[in-house]
Parts: sequence; C-alpha cells; structure tokens
Amino acid sequence: MALKYTPEVIEHFTHPQNVGELEHPDATATEGSPACGDMVTFTIKVNPDTHILEDIKFRSYGCASNIATASMATVLSKGKTIEEVKAFHPKVVAERLGGLPAIKMHCSVLAVNGLKAAIKQWEIAHGLATEEEIQLNEQTIRRLLKGVINPETGRSIVSMGMVNYIKIEGGKVYVEVSLQGTDPMYAANIREEVTEKLESMKCIQEMIVRILERDKFEMGADNGEKTASDKSKAMTEGGEA
Amino acid sequence: MEDRLIYFDNNDTTPLLDPVVTAMLPFFTKAFGNPASLHQLGLEAEEAVNEARATISGLIGAKPEELIFTGSATEANNLAILGAAANASSKRRHLITSKIEHNAVINPIKRLEKDGFRVTWLDVDPEGFVNSEDLKKAITPETFLVSIVHGNHEIGTVQDIKALGMICREAGVLFHTDAAQSFSKVPLNVTNDLVDLASFNAHKLHGPKGIGALYVRGGVHLKKIMEGAPQEFNMRPGTENVPGIIGFAAAAKLAFETLSRDSAHMSAVRDHLIEQLLQIPHTRLNGPRGNRRLPTNADITFKYIEGEAILMHLSMRGVAVSSGSACSSKNLTPSNVLTSIGLKHEDAHGSIRFSFSKLNTIEETDIAAKKVIEVVELLRSMTAFVPEKHSETEGSGEVFYKKKKEEL
Repeated sequence: MALKYTPEVIEHFTHPQNVGELEHPDATATEGSPACGDMVTFTIKVNPDTHILEDIKFRSYGCASNIATASMATVLSKGKTIEEVKAFHPKVVAERLGGLPAIKMHCSVLAVNGLKAAIKQWEIAHGLATEEEIQLNEQTIRRLLKGVINPETGRSIVSMGMVNYIKIEGGKVYVEVSLQGTDPMYAANIREEVTEKLESMKCIQEMIVRILERDKFEMGADNGEKTASDKSKAMTEGGEA
Repeated sequence: MEDRLIYFDNNDTTPLLDPVVTAMLPFFTKAFGNPASLHQLGLEAEEAVNEARATISGLIGAKPEELIFTGSATEANNLAILGAAANASSKRRHLITSKIEHNAVINPIKRLEKDGFRVTWLDVDPEGFVNSEDLKKAITPETFLVSIVHGNHEIGTVQDIKALGMICREAGVLFHTDAAQSFSKVPLNVTNDLVDLASFNAHKLHGPKGIGALYVRGGVHLKKIMEGAPQEFNMRPGTENVPGIIGFAAAAKLAFETLSRDSAHMSAVRDHLIEQLLQIPHTRLNGPRGNRRLPTNADITFKYIEGEAILMHLSMRGVAVSSGSACSSKNLTPSNVLTSIGLKHEDAHGSIRFSFSKLNTIEETDIAAKKVIEVVELLRSMTAFVPEKHSETEGSGEVFYKKKKEEL
C-alpha cells in the first residue's frame, strides 16, 4: 500500500537527528519488540541539578515513521527539563512532523513512551521514583496492555475494550482478550504482543493468555488457550503459533 | 542510466508494451461497438472478442467456449470459488486451500467459512510447497473444491499442478488454480494438467489492467455471482471490456512467442540478483531455487532491519520494490505467506520482494544490488535490534541459507 508521508517525515527519515547511542548514558530504555517490527532505544544524559536533558540519542528498528518520530522526539526533548518531557503527548510529535497516516500514529506513541521510560530509569537511579510503583495489580496490567495495538484498527486493545478479564494470583496472571469482531487471523499477533508485554514485568512468574473469538476461523494460528509456566517458552510459542 | 527508474515490482504490475497499446487503440475510438449490438459495429466488436478468446484459450490448451472474461484475476477467483460453492449440493460443504494463497482466494473462502462451509487450510513446507499426500488426506466425501495457487505472488513457489490436479480428478473434486503470476512465465496446459478452473489476468504480462479471465472446463457448472444480461456464456454479465480483451490477447500472444527465451532471461536476472544479495551478511532467500521458482521473483530477508524503511530508501534511490513487512501493509501484520513458511515475525518484517519482467537487465541488477547494500548498511548502522539480545539465529548470507536447507 502506498503511504503518503509529509515532507517533514521524509526529512527526518532520510536525515534523522541524534542517531546512535551515548557512550556513558545516565539512563537507557527500549520500547517495542522485533516481533512487532517496531523498536526504539534511547540513551540520555540528564543534569542532576537542573534536570535538563542535556543529551539524547536513539537507535531504531522500524519503518520510516518509526525513524522519523524517534528523531523528532529527540529534537523536541533535547535541552528541556525532564518534567517538561514527561508532559509530552505523542500527538505533539506527530503534529511537528506535519501529521502521520492514521495507521502510523502508534509510532509516535512508541517514541514518546520510550523517551519517558528512559527518564523513568534516570529517576529511579536518582531516587526520584521507585520500581515499587510497578505493582502487580489489574491497573498496572491494563496500563501495560495499552501498548498492544489492534492491527486492524491501529487502536489500543484496552481503549477498544477488548481486555475482558484479568485475574492475578500471586505471580500468576490470567488475561482474557476478546476479539470482538476483529478478524481472527490477528489473534496470534495480538496474543504475541500481550505475552511480550507481560513478559516485561519481572514479577510475573506464570501467565495464561486466552483469546476469545466470535468466529472459529483462525488462519495460520491455533485457537484459544496458550499456557506456559516457563516464561521464555510462552514468548516463542506465542510468536510461532 | 543512474537516473532511470529500476522497476523491480513486476509481480505487482507491468508496463504495457507498445504493440499492445497499438492493438487496443482502434477499439476506443473507431471500432467502439458493443458486441451485443446487432449492427455492423457490434458484429465487428464481437468478432474481435471471439478472436481474442480463441487466441488466449489456445495458449492454455482450452477451447474458446471454456474461457470467460472477467474484470480481474480477483473476480475470476471469486467466480470460481463462490460460483462452485453456490452450485455444490447441500451435502458437499467442504473445501480445501493452502495457507499461502493471495487475498483474492483467502477472502472469498473466508466468506464461505462464515456462511457455514468447512475449510481445510493446508500447511506448506519451508519452500512453500503443498504436500500432495496432505491434500489426498484432506479430501472427504463432502469436499467439492480444492483451490491452490500455481505460482506464489510473494516467494515465487511454483506448485506441481498436475500432481495436485490428478488427486482431485481421481477423487471427483473440482480443482481451481490461481495462475495470475504464472501465466506466460511457466507452462500451464489446463487439459494436460487436469485443471477444472484457472484464473488469469493481463496486467502481469505487459497487458492492460481491468481485464482477467476464468477458464471453466467444459461440463463444469458454476452459478454466476452477478446478475445482468447474458454476456460471457451467461456467466458474467456486463458489456465486455473490448479494448481490454484485445490488449489481453495481444499481450499473451507476444509473451508466448518468446516465452522460453524470456523465462531463461528473467531467471538469469533473478539468480544474478539473488547471488549478489546473499553476499550481504544475515540474509536469506525465501522460497525455492531454480525452475521450481517463478523466473520473475526473488524474495530476500535482511535481518535486523525493517522492510518499509528499506523500501522507502530504495524508492528514493530509484529502485521500486515491495515488502512483506507489516509496516508496508494496511493492518500491521506480516505477510501470511512468509509466516506460513516458518519465518519469525521479525524476519518477515525485514523481507523485500524483487520481481522482474523481460524488460529488466543484468546491468540493472548490478546497480540495484549496490544500492541495496548501501541501504542495508545504513539501516543496520542505526538499528535498535541487537542480535545477541533479540535473536538466537546467527550466520552470514549464504551460510545462513545453507543452514536452513539442512534443517529441511
């Protein structure tokens, strides 16, 4: 499909700013995964007295808009205080690029989330935030799953109300996602992304991800339940289903 | 030379050749008649259409009355699948297809599945071949249709159509093949190869867009899927696209005149590019080699980078290609073909399809290969994908490919 990109997107894609990684970064964060075809890593330097983000670099694995949004995110945040950067909305990155095709809006979310994750790492290292904030409860899991995009609509499965049910028992998590009319051929893809998000939470020892379909059809994927007590096993199986 | 576009997207569409345009032109202005009209202009148009029908049917070993012109290969696939289903008895509600079909086959079949038909989606091997034993086992007394693509649009796999056709004929099941990519590239004789239904189009062989055809073997009954006047043996209503039909026949005739020479040339272009690109570390060829692959197709995975970014950079350097990456699709999921042959999602995202016509040259592949190397190096220099962290498979170009072969 031909996508029409703005001249600003093309400019940041062909001449990305702040590419690479800082030699002695104060913090690093990666958002996204190779399986999703979208991943960005930020390294940052923050002045502990002024809280100014003095230097930032990124590496990108992804499409043209992934590269352009990450580049724009570094341009917008460099020289700002971390408090200012934390208030960034992904829309600002997209707007400064003259807009993104709807299907590519998630790229700006990925870039801004990655940037904020790097700042979070810095805050933790400087005692300004704690890892304890990430507690295993329904809310944190919902927040985590906001990053899972329904491939058919380009919207988060959480905001689409597709996350039916979350159950937590100690380190065990059960998540039920309803396809709600989404083409079941995306079931494997959605399960893979959900599994990957859960995988990122260290406190989860066991997970069950169940995809409920309205129609039985699922091409190139098995249907329904996938259990795994071994986390890495769950990850690869999710991908190859 | 540097400034001329290198068009390596011929599995998508091809440019019309001058003789094809010349053949079509009179039918826009002078001989513009409707074949249904009874006056002289109508008769002339009808005769021209009949002649074109005889030309194309002759090239595939069919009789003229076995060829129905449609608006596209997509429409031909729909007519074959939905038309056969509508005509099947209430006891035969099962059909069989593969996991590497084009959307023009997948989606009509998915519609039937929603309407209560049972579907078997056959797996393919790592090179994209359907196993004939699998097909044999999948056929039940309820099966009315098997639909398997002849030449795959992404990885170029050419199925052994005769072997599959034989199984279907023996079992008394209709056999349809989508021959949109293979027509005029690899031999297909519908009679000898035991095909009941086959879909074709013109725009992959330097003919016009908007014209396709369905071969329906004599004695095979379909129910038409559109209602209207009784054109095309009362199987496809609507005034015939006369210039399109003339262009289709002209393009097919030209293609068949030099078929073996062109196929050999395109295979040489293909193999020359494949060899050069597999020199790049961490690459793999998707699909088979040699004459079991469409001469027009090369599909390569460049690990650790993403296809759309490669495609965009190549486009800016004057090389037109396509990608199986999720990011170059509408719905952010990687190609069903690439995941069906066992590619990990990240490898499907990094795949690029180079596809050729007889107009391409070895010189073009040399220029394109240099540009691909430049783009791959550029994107790898900035990738966030750390192989040691994100992937277990390691190896370089050819070695990696051979390793995969051994696994088979």
